[in-house]
Amino acid sequence: MKVRINHKEVETSATNILQLHQELSLPSAGVAIAIDNNMVPRAEWENTAITQGADIIIIKAVCGG
Amino acid sequence: MKTLTIAGRDFSSRLFLGTGKFSSNRLMKEAIAASGTQMVTMAMKRVELEDKEDDLLTHIITPSIQLLPNTSGVRTAQEAVFAAKMAREAFGTNWLKLEIHPDPKYLLPDSIETLKATEELVKLGFVVLPYCQADPTLCKHLEEAGAATVMPLGAPIGTNKGLRTLDFLKIIIEQANVPVIVDAGIGAPSHAAQAMELGADACLVNTAIAVAADPVEMAIAFKEAVIAGRRAYEAGLGAVSSDFTASASSPLTAFLNN
Repeated sequence: MKVRINHKEVETSATNILQLHQELSLPSAGVAIAIDNNMVPRAEWENTAITQGADIIIIKAVCGG
Repeated sequence: MKTLTIAGRDFSSRLFLGTGKFSSNRLMKEAIAASGTQMVTMAMKRVELEDKEDDLLTHIITPSIQLLPNTSGVRTAQEAVFAAKMAREAFGTNWLKLEIHPDPKYLLPDSIETLKATEELVKLGFVVLPYCQADPTLCKHLEEAGAATVMPLGAPIGTNKGLRTLDFLKIIIEQANVPVIVDAGIGAPSHAAQAMELGADACLVNTAIAVAADPVEMAIAFKEAVIAGRRAYEAGLGAVSSDFTASASSPLTAFLNN
């Protein structure tokens, strides 16, 4: 199915956030994920379904002042 | 030197470091270690899916260092609250450097949005350290809203111009009941020492260390300047004479005349 990740259209076979995290090989720490501008806590990744057209934001830690 | 306490956490170092602009993660890590800092700021960005750069956090996380994620890039209080929730999840801390600067040219903080966001974030349980204008009235409002510190600017971010807001910083320090951290514009160890001599509780430095020819040596220079300035403040500086008349510190060879 198609979803939007950080404003880009992406094809994914993941059905929940935990699977998406694994599919994208994201780092285990320093990452946060939101759907429709609502942050999804890590403990809820597995139970949070991804649906067609979901608007997903994934951020990570970077250097900054 | 007195220990600095912010939101119940003790800091023996009064120098906080930003992690931007270092030429490598290795140099950043060495500069952090050399500075003796116990708090470092970090930022967030959207993941680029093709990008597999190395994991920054592994260079920084040690039990002695408090991570202070910032909200750089947000333009409103609403965006700041969203960024704060993302930061709490990504960094595993409820400490936050709140910075809302909608203008990319001068990066000056938006006082109205900063105050609104502080009120909201304190209610959500964040330890809020707002980057703000050197405005004494605003700083009182931020304190009343529950900010853990205030972080007034010395000069615009990254300019290395020093304490251009000196007179206002003095008023803020005089009035504050929360720690005052001078943030932004500190370009030389002498600027940091000056802020500490005024009674600032800490300094946050990034560009001046990160872009130095030798960032590790510069980190040591700032560490020593902050300690010297703080010691001088605690020791009590002598009064500055209001005119040019000298005041002898030796007995003026009086023995020759008697």
